[in-house]
Amino acid sequence: MHSLTPITALGGAQPRIDTIAEMTLTENPGLALASIAARRGHEEACKDHLRALIGDVPGPGRSQLHDPEAAFWTGPDNWMAGAPFDTHEDLAAQLKARFGETASITEQTDAWVCFDLRGDGIEAVMERLCAIDIRTMVTGDAQRTVIHHLGFFVLRRDPADWLRILGPRASAGSLHHAIVTAMKAVA
Amino acid sequence: MIIDHPLLGPRDSSEFVYLGDARMLDRPDPDAPDAARAFYEYGYLRDNPAGPHRELWFHEGGDRSWLVVTRDTVTHEITRVEMARDVARAKGRST
Repeated sequence: MHSLTPITALGGAQPRIDTIAEMTLTENPGLALASIAARRGHEEACKDHLRALIGDVPGPGRSQLHDPEAAFWTGPDNWMAGAPFDTHEDLAAQLKARFGETASITEQTDAWVCFDLRGDGIEAVMERLCAIDIRTMVTGDAQRTVIHHLGFFVLRRDPADWLRILGPRASAGSLHHAIVTAMKAVA
Repeated sequence: MIIDHPLLGPRDSSEFVYLGDARMLDRPDPDAPDAARAFYEYGYLRDNPAGPHRELWFHEGGDRSWLVVTRDTVTHEITRVEMARDVARAKGRST
């Protein structure tokens, strides 16, 4: 039998936590993800399944915050669903059972690194990192843009001084470096 | 330069990748008798207007949708932005 030790996206045994001034950047390994792409001709049936699961269908630039499953809009007829990893490690299989032939579901958990950025000054951090107008984003808004040539999602959570950042896991170190550098610049 | 995305609103052009003439959407019928000629023109012949130009942009750093942007090549003024899939579907494609 193999005896494998799980590590986080940044390679540690424990999630990385950086506290700078009033801001905290926390690596979050506890998120299961799966993408939902409505199949042609089944768009409305797919949305009905999504509405039944999380209460609403998020439109462009929006997320539907809900427990345990939640989802945000990633493109026309495309959404990303998330849930706690501890209870939904098989999120893609769970969604496939629900959505059936109405959508293509793809496992995404290990494709992304998740950072939670909290505290006073996070807007100034994002302004140094990307072209998104972070100050106009309210709780529930979800946008994709670019940090240091890396496409990433930024979600405004509740309370609003909490941003969730999803970036490509293979570039977790580069993204972490960029965010921490901006945090130090703001502090 | 700012591109007013039909779904997401004004977005910085740094998020986009430029492809070229929007006639790329009009792929010829490969079974037509003059297919060789049509594909030669489709692959190689482009107008190069000084003025309004319909062109394809990809929102690579965003929602990854293709857009048809009408841009004045002289002034860079953008007068219209459409979802490429809506343009294609209006022509009876992928419906």
